[in-house]
Amino acid sequence: MIHTAYGDAGRLLVIIAFVTAMVATFAYAKSVISSTRLDEVPVWKRYARIAFLVHAAAVAGVVFCLYWIIGNHYFEYHYAWDNSSLSLPTEYVISSFWQDQEGSFLLWIFWNVVLGLVLIVINRSWEGPVMAIFALVQAFLTSMILGVVIPGMDLKIGSTPFLLLREAMPEIPVWQTNPNFIPKDGNGLNPLLQNYWMVIHPPTLFLGFATTLIPFAFAMAGLWTKKVTEWIRPALPWALFSAMILGVGILMGAYWAYETLNFGGYWNWDPVENSSFVPWLVLVATIHVMIIGRKNATALKTAFILAIATFIMILYSTFMTRSGILGNASVHSFTDLGLSGQLLIYLLTFTVLAVGLLIYRWKLLPSDTKEVSTYSPEFWMFIGATVLCLSGFQIINTTSFPVYSAIAESFGKIINLAPPTDAIAHYNRFQIWFFALITVLTGIGQFMWWKRTGEGRLSTLYPPLLITLILSAIFITMGEVRTISYIVLLTAAVFAIVANGTILLNILSGNYKLSGGAVTHIGLAMMLIGILFSSGYTRVVSMNNSGLMISRSEEFTKNDNKENKENVTLWLNRPAQMGQFMLTWRDVRIEPRYVPEYIPKSWVEIIENDFHAVALRDIVVQDKEYYKAGDTLEIYPENFYYEIEYREPSGKVFTLFPRAQINPRMGLISSPDIQRKYNKDLYTYVSMVTNPLEEGKWSPTEEFTVAMKDTFFVNDYVAVLDNVVRTDKVDGVQLSENDAAVKAIIRVLDAEREYILDPSFVIRNRNVGRKAQVSNELGLRIQFNEINPKTGEFTFAVNTKQRDFIVMKALEKPLINILWLGTFVLTIGFLMATIRRFRDFFRDQRRELATTTIKPKKRTPQKV
Amino acid sequence: MKKSHILGIGVIAIAIAIIVSTAGDASTYVDFSKAEQMAMNGDNGSIHVVGTLKKNESGEIQEMAYQPEIDPNYFVFTLLDNNNREQKVVYRSPKPLDFDKSEQVVIIGKMDKDHFEAEKILLKCPSKYNNDKLETTEYQAVKL
Repeated sequence: MIHTAYGDAGRLLVIIAFVTAMVATFAYAKSVISSTRLDEVPVWKRYARIAFLVHAAAVAGVVFCLYWIIGNHYFEYHYAWDNSSLSLPTEYVISSFWQDQEGSFLLWIFWNVVLGLVLIVINRSWEGPVMAIFALVQAFLTSMILGVVIPGMDLKIGSTPFLLLREAMPEIPVWQTNPNFIPKDGNGLNPLLQNYWMVIHPPTLFLGFATTLIPFAFAMAGLWTKKVTEWIRPALPWALFSAMILGVGILMGAYWAYETLNFGGYWNWDPVENSSFVPWLVLVATIHVMIIGRKNATALKTAFILAIATFIMILYSTFMTRSGILGNASVHSFTDLGLSGQLLIYLLTFTVLAVGLLIYRWKLLPSDTKEVSTYSPEFWMFIGATVLCLSGFQIINTTSFPVYSAIAESFGKIINLAPPTDAIAHYNRFQIWFFALITVLTGIGQFMWWKRTGEGRLSTLYPPLLITLILSAIFITMGEVRTISYIVLLTAAVFAIVANGTILLNILSGNYKLSGGAVTHIGLAMMLIGILFSSGYTRVVSMNNSGLMISRSEEFTKNDNKENKENVTLWLNRPAQMGQFMLTWRDVRIEPRYVPEYIPKSWVEIIENDFHAVALRDIVVQDKEYYKAGDTLEIYPENFYYEIEYREPSGKVFTLFPRAQINPRMGLISSPDIQRKYNKDLYTYVSMVTNPLEEGKWSPTEEFTVAMKDTFFVNDYVAVLDNVVRTDKVDGVQLSENDAAVKAIIRVLDAEREYILDPSFVIRNRNVGRKAQVSNELGLRIQFNEINPKTGEFTFAVNTKQRDFIVMKALEKPLINILWLGTFVLTIGFLMATIRRFRDFFRDQRRELATTTIKPKKRTPQKV
Repeated sequence: MKKSHILGIGVIAIAIAIIVSTAGDASTYVDFSKAEQMAMNGDNGSIHVVGTLKKNESGEIQEMAYQPEIDPNYFVFTLLDNNNREQKVVYRSPKPLDFDKSEQVVIIGKMDKDHFEAEKILLKCPSKYNNDKLETTEYQAVKL
């Protein structure tokens, strides 16, 4: 049965949400503009509030409908079919909600609604202008998921997540025979997204995106209602909150990339990464100028510009990542839903509105009477904000190459502009210096602010400088840092930690609540040190020195051996030396759902196109029996783990399980496994595996007829028929008393060790049965074919195939834990600053309320 | 002159420096003939070439070799650029996992005598279910 009701309800609710957002925009705006009569203001406001509440309810309804469709596996809907499947565990059903663009827009809309409601409750005095901006943004966002076609104009507005499969893909022939066809199962979720980070990373990131609207809305409201300095106090805590959430969201993405993707790192300067990082940089700059904006007029003007720029950058990023303009430039694949035009209108509308309003009100903004002193904290914070913006500008400029190409193309010019080939080197060349400068400025700024280090008091900076020089000298020597830019960055970061640490200790003895800034700066500096060592000093452990390059030995050694040799081939169960480790690939394992460990693939038979497997033996893990032979168990059907044993020189052994996923849509996908030590990570992933679901091609059968103790050659190995013995146990065959079985003991000699293969020959109920033996290590299959009692000779059928192997790579990343520790410190710092500013805000609001209640007469509506 | 003016001029100067220096880092999209010309003129910059894999009538990829048992870090294939010019491409890294499925390949690197030395490969694979959807993945030969 096709559940059309949920989709219809969903579409209707989207339309309601869109209309109410427009109504709320109009009504809120009406309550602000001066032409509205004073007595009508509360009426408009109440009207607007109701509209927004209906909007909120409609959005909640849309979310519910989409979730219901996905959660109940209604595969007649394109969204459910495309992004989920029956085998998907519950936690990932949630993430399939935002896998496609429509869902992620919906997530964004949802957060805006939540934030809007909070603002209505806690910011009564700003409700009109702020919520007018909010509602306008909501109107644009809901229009993206409308999916309405304007009749006669062939104009599609938005893309709805509630399309039925037959509407989304009308060209499939099945609809002609069976219009009510419902697929049995869905496509499933992209396996890379089946990760717990992907359950929390998108909501966090979108909350971050959504919150950038708040400082923008307050800045607009301030300009609109001519409260050009007052907007900062209510906006500042939200700006800090936004920077914290957006920062955490970005870092979660980075951590996910490190843990799941085999980029080999946490940051790739990918356009999608950049487009969320640049708004964050601008936002952090905004916060700094907002803090000084109440004292300094230049900073106030800059605060307006940057609050607007942050939000515009978010819109610009949205445009870039969702319009398909990035095309070749990004690993992230965002499909073009045909929303480019709509997104561009969204971007341009707010750019024109905001910039226009700012220019219109520019004369109203105060000017500084006297010039700011070079020794004032304001000056240094301003410089810091400027460097942050320049850093962001450099990143967005390079990221925008595809946009430049598109613009040139629209003017009829083909400029063939391609991004820099080595993106990481390109960005680092600039960003190392920017960030060295930023970290130094954090220290100087804090000293100026708290210690009144000014003209004639510069000596207060000497102790931290001295400590910094000593500490960095030690670190540079011990870490063997030889690159000038690294030395500068390291020294700058150490200075930031020492200087901010000094301030922190001083503040702690007074009021710790004020120390958010110092803590955040220390976190940033720690992150930079972690990044410096883990990325700058990544060491490839898996250098291929096996000398297997017989075919191209000349090429192997040319250029001083600098050719890429970073991957090693490992044969099943054959130890190979890699750096200090002796490595052995032991097995392929699978992941059962309710067993605490990965189990060998040979223990089960995997049922094709399903998420179950049949146990071939009792499954005992950690002395506990989970399944008996013949039982069916649930598994993660796409995940295969390659058991790689590392033997250290000391004899200590540890095992890593890098993963390969086999997905019909995406082919083989590899994810690393990481051995974490306090001072470094050992990062291992498979660069190539043979498909574990395919058995491999066996060669045509070759027969050998040999006598006892004879030697023969199979697959380039020497084999010896040692013995033929009677046996009463053959795997997988029930033997009764009248049956007879023999097995041949064949010894196969390999370079390092011997293998024994024992194929059996069974006579059962007068029928002959042959139980072949397979060795994946040798790529050999031997079947006991015949016994000739007259000659005393035995015949064996032999097939050979490629021996099983994997290609893997291992990296060592020193001091990466300092980076992760730094992210925690940074987040805590932001949290402390946010809490402090919210406290200030509520305190002031109470004070204001206390004073305004004395003079309520002004606003008493007059009877008409 | 006021400090804010000096600061403003400084910011503009740095911004211009960034743009100029970035333009120097930018790469270009070219075809193999152009790439060869550039290499002969001693232009060592990395370039992008867009092309498709050489396939026979039944869709099997031609002239492609990867032998991890001999050398896992050596992959060679043949690419046809948009002018249908054939070129041997060497990629000193493991073969990208979804290479066989790709429809369009972007290689980044430079011409080296008889072959194109690719540092990076970008693949566009058709999604199995939606032929109008293209998924992009990126691979990079990591430098020592």
